Amino acid sequence: MGQTATHIDFRANVRAVEPQMPASVQKATNRFLGTRASVVGVFGEDRWQQLRQCGHDLRRHTIAHLDHYLELLEQRVTGAGGHVHWARDGAEANSIVLEIARKQGVRNAVKVKSMATEETGLNQALIEAGIATLETDLGEFIVQLAGVAPSHIIAPAVHLTKEGIADLFRQKLGVEAPAEPVALAAIARARLRKAFLAAEMGISGANFMVAETGTLVIVSNEGNGRMCTTLPPIHVALAGIDKVLPDMESLAVVLKLLPRSATGQKMTSYVSFIRGPSKSSKEGGPHELHLILLDNGRTRVLADEISRDTLLCIRCGVCLNVCPVYNHVGGHAYGSAYSGPIGSILTPQLLGVGIAGDLPFASTLCGACAEYCPVRIPIPEILVHLRRRVVEGDRVDGPAISPVVSAAAGAGAAALGTPWLYEFGSQALKVAGTPLSKEGWMAHLPPPASRWTDVRPMPAFGAGFRDWWRNRTPQGRRLLWRRRVLAGAAAAGAFAAIAAWRLTRKSGRD
Amino acid sequence: MKVQLFLTCLGENFFTPVLRDMVMLLERLGVRCEMPEGQACCGQPLFNAGFQSRTIGPARQLLRAFDRTEGYIVAPSGSCADFVRHRYPELFPPGTPEHTVAVDVAQRTFEFTEFLVKVLKVTEVGARFPHTVTYHASCHILRGLGLRDEPKQLLLGVRGLELIPLAEEETCCGFGGVFTVVNPEVSGAMMGAKVRRIEDSGAEYAVVGEPGCLMNIAGGLHKVGSPVRAVHLIQVLAAQE
Repeated sequence: MGQTATHIDFRANVRAVEPQMPASVQKATNRFLGTRASVVGVFGEDRWQQLRQCGHDLRRHTIAHLDHYLELLEQRVTGAGGHVHWARDGAEANSIVLEIARKQGVRNAVKVKSMATEETGLNQALIEAGIATLETDLGEFIVQLAGVAPSHIIAPAVHLTKEGIADLFRQKLGVEAPAEPVALAAIARARLRKAFLAAEMGISGANFMVAETGTLVIVSNEGNGRMCTTLPPIHVALAGIDKVLPDMESLAVVLKLLPRSATGQKMTSYVSFIRGPSKSSKEGGPHELHLILLDNGRTRVLADEISRDTLLCIRCGVCLNVCPVYNHVGGHAYGSAYSGPIGSILTPQLLGVGIAGDLPFASTLCGACAEYCPVRIPIPEILVHLRRRVVEGDRVDGPAISPVVSAAAGAGAAALGTPWLYEFGSQALKVAGTPLSKEGWMAHLPPPASRWTDVRPMPAFGAGFRDWWRNRTPQGRRLLWRRRVLAGAAAAGAFAAIAAWRLTRKSGRD
Repeated sequence: MKVQLFLTCLGENFFTPVLRDMVMLLERLGVRCEMPEGQACCGQPLFNAGFQSRTIGPARQLLRAFDRTEGYIVAPSGSCADFVRHRYPELFPPGTPEHTVAVDVAQRTFEFTEFLVKVLKVTEVGARFPHTVTYHASCHILRGLGLRDEPKQLLLGVRGLELIPLAEEETCCGFGGVFTVVNPEVSGAMMGAKVRRIEDSGAEYAVVGEPGCLMNIAGGLHKVGSPVRAVHLIQVLAAQE
């Protein structure tokens, strides 16, 4: 999926979620979390916490000195015989890839799973330019076939069941496909083999880029990464500028954190280290290596000292796995390449709150993501910071809400911050709620409180503690008496208002 | 020992019996309670909705109410205690008198179970509640204040009580304040999952330490006509059946 130009309507996307989807997602995320718990258990809780802190510190150091490490990376990649390109945004990145393809007369490309290329919408750009482009990661292969975006950072087809995938294969590939993972993988594998051999260009992302040595690192489980980056004569890697690491020692730390957090593996089946193109025809492998370094809003993220930690992310996807919201809505609801908690903080910063302002609100701030994040990104903090950007605006962006909501919040703030108004409000609600309550519950309330009662009833308003407390002392009892006179008058007014509302509601039904 | 009661807006507007139980229980434990007049909402709903400049007003008012009071400030809510403790000092610039008050109030503010276990150092409060209960770990008590064991230690000290483990005990119930009105569908789905887990536990009571979660879970149980009753942890600790 490419960059979204229009507003991402999270609530509308949620309503479009297919009913069986959450079960598929939860099955996978629970499996990931289960294996994660056992490998982290083996690693040892204290050691794991130390490692997380170490990962946090080194990622922070890298992001703070991004300019230095990127220049070093460019120098070392170039020194190893590779070409380095800088792309300001997704469109520029795509056009760099197309230009390389054009020069070399590329007709067929194969791809390794890459979130950066999802972010720029590279597949679409290539296909529009007449270049057959095939995703070779099994999950990506499936979602490409389905014509949808990946719904999870590390498990693109997590929203589908094996039965759904078998149906898809039957429809799109015209083959007999049993709903059996091994058989389905074999069908995909047979098709991929031909494509690997025919492709003139292999396209990948990079999980990490080691500045000191100019090494691109690809972490994968299916071996397709190695096929794509060794068989075709040209290898193009597209990666966000945030993926750089200082040296091999830092890489060793994040390579312990990433697979354990992501899939619950100690190590993935493949970890590929790519340093420059092949030096001779005898060596094999691509004779050309291009690295495209993508900004696409990342330097803007860097400019904000609170939300900057978003760039620490190593894309393990554990925040999706533990997020109760993600587990009920799946990845597509987030409307862009990155979903779940990390998507909720990254997307609004990359695309602006005018487009993605719903996303920071797609969270209960439960904090599970921050508890699991291997590099300790304070996701709830950043969510709250971005909510402010959405409603009040800051020097980076926003605001993106209607003046009506803003005025209502102002009135709310005044009521909550003025003791007599607050207390009066409590009593008024109690009186006004009385005709709406039955056995301690209010089943229907007027908007916007209807958004609560549409889902579950609300306990009846029942502020009574202060009076009970005051009745325990003489001066409290005097205060109560004075207030009762005032309250009587107010209650009459509120009662009249609510009676009027009920009447209109009733006539609306008739 | 003296305690300032921090009623919290949800506590006050929806759970008067819980607040009364809180006072009785504290007094039973030999603690003298005071209720500072002039307290209202801490401002968390505004802050979490993004209206962070507007949070200053309610925060200033709450500080005014608790400034020049003595002793611990105790709330029947982890969420409000977490907010006052961790956000208030950040709301006012260091070096200002308000910041000094904010730091003082923040340091004195405790969630109820935290106060009992960490300050009073009691886990046995003389309660008797001969029922099966299951406990939902509210996010701000658990992650905000780091209270994983304290609420359960208190429950285990209640005579006659049988604590049944809740599957996915630490998964959010879908309350999330402003989230319930911005994304009611997701909130409802999360609440539904929580309610099913509670029913699956087979317990008679679902015990919750947070007014927000209690509203949500109790409402969810009521909606499906469940025989399970949701109660505040304080109500269980105050019970002497």
